[in-house]
Amino acid sequence: MDRNGSRLTAAGYALTAIVPLAFLGLFFAWPVASIIGRGFVADGALDLSAFSEVMARERTWRIIGFTVAQATAGTALAVLLGLPGAYVLYRLRFPGRTAARALVTVPFVLPTVVVGVAFRSLLVEGGAVGSLGADGTFGAVVAALVFFNYAVVVRTVGSMWAHLDPRPEQTARALGASPWRAFREVTLPALTPAIASAASLVFLFCATAFGTVLVLGGLGYRTVETEIWVQTTQFLDLRTAAVLSVVQLGVVAGSLALAAWSRRRREVALRLRAGATDDHLVRRCDLPLVAFTTVVVGGLIVTPLTSLVLRSLRTPEGWGLGNYTNLATTGSRDALEVTVWRAALTSLRIAVDATWIAMTVGVLIAFLLSRRPRQPAARRTIGVLDGLFMLPLGVSAVTVGFGFLITLNRPPVDLRSSIVLVPIAQALVAIPLVIRTLLPVLRAVDQRLRDAAAVLGANPRWVFTAVDLPVLGRSLGLAVGFCFAVSLGEFGATSFLSRPDRPTLPVVIFRLIGQPGTGNLGMALAASVVLAMLTTGVIAVAERLRVHSAGADL
Amino acid sequence: MSPIHRRRVAAAVGVVMLTATACSTLEDTDGSDDPGGTVVLVTHDSFAVSKELLAEFEESTGLTVETRASGDAGSLVNQLVLSKDAPLGDAVYGIDNAFASRAVSAGILEPYASPGATDLVAGLAFDDTSRLTPVDYGDVCINVDREWFADHDIPEPQTFDDLAEPAYENLLVVTDPATSSPGLAWLLATVDAYDEDWTDYWARLRDNGVRVSDSWSDAYFTDFSGAEGDGSRPLVLSYASSPPYTVARGGDEPPTRAMLDTCFRQVEYAGVLAGAENPEGAQQLIDFMLSQPFQRDIPQKMYVYPAVSETPLPPEWERFGPLADDPYQVSPAAIDAYREEWIRQWTATVVD
Repeated sequence: MDRNGSRLTAAGYALTAIVPLAFLGLFFAWPVASIIGRGFVADGALDLSAFSEVMARERTWRIIGFTVAQATAGTALAVLLGLPGAYVLYRLRFPGRTAARALVTVPFVLPTVVVGVAFRSLLVEGGAVGSLGADGTFGAVVAALVFFNYAVVVRTVGSMWAHLDPRPEQTARALGASPWRAFREVTLPALTPAIASAASLVFLFCATAFGTVLVLGGLGYRTVETEIWVQTTQFLDLRTAAVLSVVQLGVVAGSLALAAWSRRRREVALRLRAGATDDHLVRRCDLPLVAFTTVVVGGLIVTPLTSLVLRSLRTPEGWGLGNYTNLATTGSRDALEVTVWRAALTSLRIAVDATWIAMTVGVLIAFLLSRRPRQPAARRTIGVLDGLFMLPLGVSAVTVGFGFLITLNRPPVDLRSSIVLVPIAQALVAIPLVIRTLLPVLRAVDQRLRDAAAVLGANPRWVFTAVDLPVLGRSLGLAVGFCFAVSLGEFGATSFLSRPDRPTLPVVIFRLIGQPGTGNLGMALAASVVLAMLTTGVIAVAERLRVHSAGADL
Repeated sequence: MSPIHRRRVAAAVGVVMLTATACSTLEDTDGSDDPGGTVVLVTHDSFAVSKELLAEFEESTGLTVETRASGDAGSLVNQLVLSKDAPLGDAVYGIDNAFASRAVSAGILEPYASPGATDLVAGLAFDDTSRLTPVDYGDVCINVDREWFADHDIPEPQTFDDLAEPAYENLLVVTDPATSSPGLAWLLATVDAYDEDWTDYWARLRDNGVRVSDSWSDAYFTDFSGAEGDGSRPLVLSYASSPPYTVARGGDEPPTRAMLDTCFRQVEYAGVLAGAENPEGAQQLIDFMLSQPFQRDIPQKMYVYPAVSETPLPPEWERFGPLADDPYQVSPAAIDAYREEWIRQWTATVVD
């Protein structure tokens, strides 16, 4: 390529980078830096004494220890249980597979306040598994974290697994390797980037879990995230909150560096097939994995969900659909300003916005990060950016929300009372998911294909369209599904930003559950079931989209 | 620049513009065309008023009321303090006595003496500067599942000290004062009841197996055995006004009652925000909150008692939702000075 051409390419990359950087800069970096900055500035001068003060407290260390412990345990379990799940749901063919895939995603979108009711009603003294005495224990928190994040592992790893070229493994088997050995030495290394991607996401979700910890952790369990919330919203102790935010960023950056390190060693060009997946009917040797996954999904996901559905069918007059017919009302004593159906509509519309924002920004970022420039400096930059773009998951919603308050407050960007901030805040959470879904696939594309296309005269955009996009097709659907799921279920930032006259579904559920009055609890549970079904439906549609767009073959 | 790159720039600019304006499926409506203008009311999440009342108010004044919810009372006040230089709205409703001093000392409120504020229930006024206008109040007390105690043949507890007795071991659930406003209110009740010894009282409760949930809904619906809960604990921290809502359809007496000797009085205030764009509108809004229609609406919509004396109450409240005769109270100045310290001490006693 001539000098002029490569300069143009560089300019093209820079332009592609501007959109996501501008977006994240305006809606994430600036607000977060401003609110954290307030904690470190006293009387106009930098004052870092808060650090030594907060870090000298024994309580701070206990909180950090618990945060890391619960995130590590939650991640390890989610990966261990999720790998067989990914195999069963993405490599095996059986009736009801699409429904099963959607089912495991349901917990991911349930508002934590509902999960609290569903999970805790099983765990409390007198509940179905109350005899375990797990209520308010570390184990209960970890179980709930796995409940939420199982889908992240299954879907991220599964979608990679589904279009892994089966021939290397078949060759290994033909050469006499046992199934386990073929898996360990051929398939597992190929899956490692996807596993690392999923694990780093799950770790971030676990480390920053908020509602789950508050509801299920019971007395004494505080994480960095919940402590930031208390210090910011209740105490307005911005100094302590700022220190804790920096600590949280440190934990997150550390885990990301670890994930990047393990990925880098493994992330190689794989033979991916964009065409039909290599799934097969259940064979006898698959039965142990099928049984294991059935038990995991049954115990961890179906049981709490069933308890939720059952409770939603219980009305003051006995069993029935009364709670569901009530969704067309505003609740007992008009607890709501709008009907639940109206809120569901608002949720869907916001989800559409959040999805296109997150997909636009996420695809651009994934595209940039998947390049492998020859210059070491450019490579290092990409490595750093890779981590930076994950940070929105590592910063608490309250920090972002309070940051919005003090930054986006003057024209031309006085958006604080605008409903536009809701999809934007949700997109911030979804963008890292989009990146982590697309990136392993994009990076697995053989660079030589791109080089060949470039040599044949294609500019970067054509290369992307001709080489990357066909492989990406299936994962784009997955990413869209994730975006919708995140948006529909997001509560933390939404509750801050949504307007009372235009609430989303999780917001009305929270409100119904917080109001006395016969029937409001039942209605909240019925609304949660609707939310779960809505998400499942949207994800099933997204799955279909992706099969469709994957028609092009390499 | 090649045409393709130019197109990419155009696309990039387009995306940024779209993002900024979210030209999307959501249309942003506001009522700025109305003759009286818009008045923005910042509240906590529990604010509610009957639609017809609000519509009547808007019609008679020509104002458009826009509400903005900002979390619970603590979060509300702290957000207002943070955004003081560019206020979030014109009027605020929902500042309670636990956070009132912070709001006043941070200077986020303008004085306004509403003509309606002359005939209030005694003891509700914050101070004599009229920065905060009392709108409603309620008592936070322990609620008892009477059926449970009848079934188990155990006498119902009556006092704070009873709750720490072995007979009531593992029966009480309260909420965390750091994360829940009734939790903080009840902590204040124990501070008033026991003075310096309040941490000893909590140590006794802890040893007697008190459970602490993070929110009212979690405690009331999951841990509590009465009401719609399935839980195993028959004593729960809630409100004096909760029992009327537990009357079964067709029933005539609530299966729960409030322990009126364990109550803390919460008062909720409204005020005009300093730097408001529409201070006149904010004042009209406060007059409206003290008007009889709004005051009569309060018990129905927000489950608390109206602040204007002699406002008629719903009949079931008269029968089943009595208030404490002599609730515990802590001066707002003391709350402001010691709130964080008390919560820290509480955490050290009960949690650590």
